[in-house]
Amino acid sequence: MTVENQRAGVVVEDMDQDRFPAGMRVLAVDDNPTCLKLLDTLLRKCQYQVTTTNQAVMALKMLRENRNKFDLVISDVNMPDMDGFKLLELLGLEMDLPVIMLSGHSDTELVMKGVTHGACDYLLKPVRIEELKNIWQHVIRRKKFDSKVQNNSLNEDKACHGAGDSRLGVISTLSADQDGKLCRKRKEQNEDEEEDDEENEHENEDASNQKKPRVVWSVELHRKFVAAVNQLGFEKAVPKKILDLMNVEGLTRENVASHLQKYRLYLKRINSVAAQQASMVAALGGADSSYMRMGSLDGFGEFHSLAGSGRLSSSALSSYTPGEMLGRLNSHASLVLRGITSSGLVQASGQNLSSSINTLGQIQPTPLPSNQSASLFQGVLTSLELTQLQQSKCTSSTGDFNPIKDSRGFTAVSNGFSDTRVTVGSSTSLLPGASSHPLVLQGNPQLPDDRGAFVNQYSLGVASLTPDTFDIGGGGCSNFLDHSNNESWQSAIQLSRFSSNAVPLRHELHIKAKMGRTQTGLQSKLEPHCQYQKFCGFCQWYNKSLGPQFGPK
Amino acid sequence: MELGQMQGRLAEYTRSLYMEGILDAQFLQLQQLQDESNPDFVVEVVSLFFEDSEKLLNDIARALDQQSVDFKRVDAHVHQLKGSSASVGAQRVKDACVAFRNCCEEQNVEGCLRCLQQVKQEHYLVKNKLETLFRLEQQIVAAGGSVPMAEMTF
Repeated sequence: MTVENQRAGVVVEDMDQDRFPAGMRVLAVDDNPTCLKLLDTLLRKCQYQVTTTNQAVMALKMLRENRNKFDLVISDVNMPDMDGFKLLELLGLEMDLPVIMLSGHSDTELVMKGVTHGACDYLLKPVRIEELKNIWQHVIRRKKFDSKVQNNSLNEDKACHGAGDSRLGVISTLSADQDGKLCRKRKEQNEDEEEDDEENEHENEDASNQKKPRVVWSVELHRKFVAAVNQLGFEKAVPKKILDLMNVEGLTRENVASHLQKYRLYLKRINSVAAQQASMVAALGGADSSYMRMGSLDGFGEFHSLAGSGRLSSSALSSYTPGEMLGRLNSHASLVLRGITSSGLVQASGQNLSSSINTLGQIQPTPLPSNQSASLFQGVLTSLELTQLQQSKCTSSTGDFNPIKDSRGFTAVSNGFSDTRVTVGSSTSLLPGASSHPLVLQGNPQLPDDRGAFVNQYSLGVASLTPDTFDIGGGGCSNFLDHSNNESWQSAIQLSRFSSNAVPLRHELHIKAKMGRTQTGLQSKLEPHCQYQKFCGFCQWYNKSLGPQFGPK
Repeated sequence: MELGQMQGRLAEYTRSLYMEGILDAQFLQLQQLQDESNPDFVVEVVSLFFEDSEKLLNDIARALDQQSVDFKRVDAHVHQLKGSSASVGAQRVKDACVAFRNCCEEQNVEGCLRCLQQVKQEHYLVKNKLETLFRLEQQIVAAGGSVPMAEMTF
């Protein structure tokens, strides 16, 4: 495997303008050594800078280490350690890199799959040098769209704010964003006011021919994003407002717009799956386990919408007993609980969060049948934190809630529902692995009037749960747990509080219960706090980010 | 043998391989990729191919030998073999793989075994042919000549 030379690493994000497309940095992934060697040579012949690996996981690791190290990824479809499409999705989600699929198969379905998963191109083996000579166009295309979008959005912003603006923005980003975009790299999580559009425009225009650093939608950032979306209300969440709410320096409206688009797509996909969750939710019943712990709290409120419409079998869901609904987002099963008839969820009595947690704690996460689920989100279901719902408001009758219609989607993604036969069908395996995958939760705004929807969904800005249906008992409704920053945690809590409908993350609640109520207590008490350590996404994430000494018990 | 003759022989031999369908245009591409910066490219790739394919053939044989044959697995191996043979231009091997995959789809063990035989044969054939080819090339180089760039003149 060739290692990129040092010089390339130093070049940072700027593309070598003069020589482009020569010097374009390509990462080639193929488990077949013959093909890989051939690909390597062909690419070198095109004067690209080539790095090769025969393992998808290795490729992912390299990309995660430094996403700006490569301009383009070429990957085989059939690989033993990870499905090429899965890799494709991950790459599209995590880093806006153009990805080209390579395969010996030319079946229409496969090509279609490649397209829907976001591949820029689909090449057949044996690959010809003529085709490789042109792959640089995908990199250029992204940049062009990016600057075009920014120009458009700037105009729009000047023209008007509001729905129209965002819609335009979204549309343009939609079209431009087909291949993702190169975004300004988010510098840090300061609370500084994000620079204004003027600045962006200038920077972008200047840099329009240069490769811009990509925005990394980390757990943190996504959390803010979702918080902002929730606060605004899913239907009213327009990129500009989200951006303002997020208050992140270095983030542009376009970044937000494209992320929002992806978020919506995910939610939509989850929707159909979630519809089947209704019965599962019904099964939840009981005040105790009314909520499913949706996923690890790694990325609070982050969840990847499991795509996989219709993959969840509602029957499987209904077999869950409330106590078993503990979803462990950290594991890869992401269960999209859509329409969990909140009966189960909502019932969590606010007072008894701890007990609920305990009950939930007994839930053994079981791997979801679908492999795809593995890739799902973490911590999606903060919505499960409905426990804070006041009992009175909670529809205590389990059967009360109407399953959220598919149109409304929100799907709580939970991992590892025990007995979950719900296959989270996410064809998009969203960031599984690392505990800090930004989760995208998408929900259809039209939540039916039933209470079913999870509040958390709402707070997640997913389904637009009508707030009045849930009256989530005050206190600490925060869907996002800001691990690293107590203040922001609190502000996140503020953000996520959706007219008191926000439901705190279950784990967050139990952390509070265990570790002391103070926000500062959270950080100061770093020792393993939780009996769910093993499958508590938050713990895992938290511990991972804070050091091995705090590893799970 | 004198250099010119050797080169002539090589050209003839190469052409025959193309004619018989043992090699296809992909091999030509490989040869064209070889240059000063990459002088042994063809030999390297082909060696890699043979190494890999032998392993695959063994895996396939083993898989077919099981009590209950995992056709998906066999298919995966054959697909790999098809990919790599296509990449080096071993046309007949590739075609044999295509036929093999059909047998896998039908889940016919007998058919698969037959296909495996066929693939093995083609594999063996192309291996020998290429070894001969490389030997000829080496002789030419040893004699101080250069190997002419292959051309598809037919």
